[in-house]
Amino acid sequence: MTLFCANGRSDSLVVQGRVVAPGQGIDEALRVTVTDGVISAIEPGGAVGLVVAPAFIDPHVHLRTPGREDEETIRSGTEAAAAGGYCAILGMPNTEPVVDSSAVLGALVERARGEAVVPTGFMAAISKGQRGEELTEMIELAATGAAAFTDDGRPVESAGFMRRALQYSGLTGLPLALHCEEPTLSRGGHAHEGVVSTELGLDAYPPTAESVMVERDLALAGAEQRSIHLMHLSARQSVAALEHALSRGSAASGEVTPHHLVLTDEAVRSLDPNVKMNPPLRSQDDRAALRDALRRGSISCIATDHAPHARHEKDVPFEEAPFGVTGLETAFAALYTHLVVPGELSLETLLERMSAGPARVFGLDAPRVEVGARANLVVLDLEAEWTVTEEGFRSLSANSWLLGETLRGRVVTTIADGRVVFGA
Amino acid sequence: MSDLRPPAPPRRHLLSIRGLERDDVERVLETARALAGSLDREVKKLPTLRGRTVVNLFYESSTRTLTSFELAAKRLSADTMSVRSAGSSVDKGESLKDTALTLSAYDPDVIVVRHPSIGAPELVARNTAAHVVNAGDGKHQHPTQALLDLHTMREALGRLEGLHVAIVGDVRHSRVARSLVQALDLVGARALVVGPPTLLPRGIEALGCAVSTDIRAIADADVVYVLRMQAERMGSGEAYVPSLREYASSYGIGPERVRRGQVVMHPGPMNRGVEIDPRVADSGAALVTDQVRAGLVVRMAVLYDLLTVAAVREPVHAELA
Repeated sequence: MTLFCANGRSDSLVVQGRVVAPGQGIDEALRVTVTDGVISAIEPGGAVGLVVAPAFIDPHVHLRTPGREDEETIRSGTEAAAAGGYCAILGMPNTEPVVDSSAVLGALVERARGEAVVPTGFMAAISKGQRGEELTEMIELAATGAAAFTDDGRPVESAGFMRRALQYSGLTGLPLALHCEEPTLSRGGHAHEGVVSTELGLDAYPPTAESVMVERDLALAGAEQRSIHLMHLSARQSVAALEHALSRGSAASGEVTPHHLVLTDEAVRSLDPNVKMNPPLRSQDDRAALRDALRRGSISCIATDHAPHARHEKDVPFEEAPFGVTGLETAFAALYTHLVVPGELSLETLLERMSAGPARVFGLDAPRVEVGARANLVVLDLEAEWTVTEEGFRSLSANSWLLGETLRGRVVTTIADGRVVFGA
Repeated sequence: MSDLRPPAPPRRHLLSIRGLERDDVERVLETARALAGSLDREVKKLPTLRGRTVVNLFYESSTRTLTSFELAAKRLSADTMSVRSAGSSVDKGESLKDTALTLSAYDPDVIVVRHPSIGAPELVARNTAAHVVNAGDGKHQHPTQALLDLHTMREALGRLEGLHVAIVGDVRHSRVARSLVQALDLVGARALVVGPPTLLPRGIEALGCAVSTDIRAIADADVVYVLRMQAERMGSGEAYVPSLREYASSYGIGPERVRRGQVVMHPGPMNRGVEIDPRVADSGAALVTDQVRAGLVVRMAVLYDLLTVAAVREPVHAELA
């Protein structure tokens, strides 16, 4: 697969601090020299209060381009990614028009070559118009540079169609990334079905709305011997199904978002449209299962599901608001503050699931701290505290679930494909 | 932008029963009882809220709630106007936020909001300096209905503490049930909700009630509170019960299901022959018209409480310019 970004000069610089590279067993104070975008020397260094790590990869970003450039553009979205410590992102195809033909994909690739600050890949749709009826021209889309196939934003409703998609996409070698949701269980829902939705009177959908589809798709993928990637998992039963499949040798993978790891449906009591997302925030028990799976590695990726929305579209009553929240610029700090600082998750595991984990699933080169590698590094100040504000975002949208919150841990510098794309 | 304004002083609203203390409820009920006396006089108007303005902003159809809020404001000598979504700028696509800002420019003291969306009154409250009263938001809350129901029960049965109230029917879609369960819990009464499993929302007991799917469970109740069964809940694909006929025979309140000494309440409008048998609706056990009368005095009491018991109102309207 291919990532695309604007041409630019490679940089030369020196970064130093505590280098934490989980996959390589490195955790020591080092001085890393980058020459013309390539790591040219790694020497013992002094402790300067910063952490240097392989930069992050986000496999689930809505860049809203084409169609809703008022909400995000390739430039603003990749600038937000750079500010969040990312050296690569994958864009979702549920745009206007849908990325379901090589003409649309080719145009996007051209735009990315002109304006992407961070290497960007694009997933293409599984079905034309994401209607779940006709397969897209997957061979041609793969040749144009598709990173994977997904109908994200909506489920593939028909089991028969899903089976054909699994069979045919095998020709491309690209994974299917699946948004698992049984529409007859979720239709009309705005929140997780539980005490909070009952008290508020919100139409709600149960965790089984996700897990029955996860189970169906794992069964179909197993029978077709294809690998699938389960997006934005939210429910304990889904995790159990994934782990069961993995234990039997299935090539499945899963991702989880920062908001599902940090919040529960209790947050919905505020009726703040910035905690409305699909899948919805679920119970404490579901959240515990997601955290356990992330620790164990059965969920191998953290994905933001960065979903920008125009201000006026979120400034409405909860039920009228669209699903989705932004996440690129807050993911590391949110998870460091809420999981690493309280001792729920080690820093090493967090860094691994934000970088090597997603790289493995999507066949990307995992960023490494070694001489001769292209520099894909993030420099983090773990002591820095900062408050999330609308004005602080590089994203064109500000529908963050963290507005007003003070977080610990800040991205100081991001080096993506040998270039300093954020900080100094 | 809202966050550029100086912080507004805390304003008391009536958005949800959850935001109330027991003292608040008892104070409003005392006021309502006192005001009820004034309705028997020849001149029914009180000068209490002269010069105050109450705006009713109704995005959903309503007969008794809208008329009783209008009349309540008038009986207290407040100026009142009602805005309905049909025929207003809402028809032209104006957002709720902009409508709230527009109406607030007239400097009203109270905005009464009914809206099909949960949380709409909160949104109005964030965008106005007026006190906001929730007159029903989606399936969430209808706090003045719960207060008038408490008033009705207390006047009819002499107490609330320890009273046993069975709420029967479509609890899932009922803002009345949600508000009433919380209100009963607040004043020390016992609530039981009864209905078919498909119409009982998951975890409803957490609101402070017992739950049963057996209609016979209502036998011990002092009050049988019958919820409206909405025909639109029977739509194809969305049917929660197989037929109104089966519902009526399984959960409808007919004379054989009402024990001597029980009273029967209904928030209206009634579906006679569905959730309530006409013989019950027209019997001496039914308190339905008492509830309508209570609606007037309780809404008067709510307006009175917000505008006179509340902290002094500071002039903050410059911020809304």
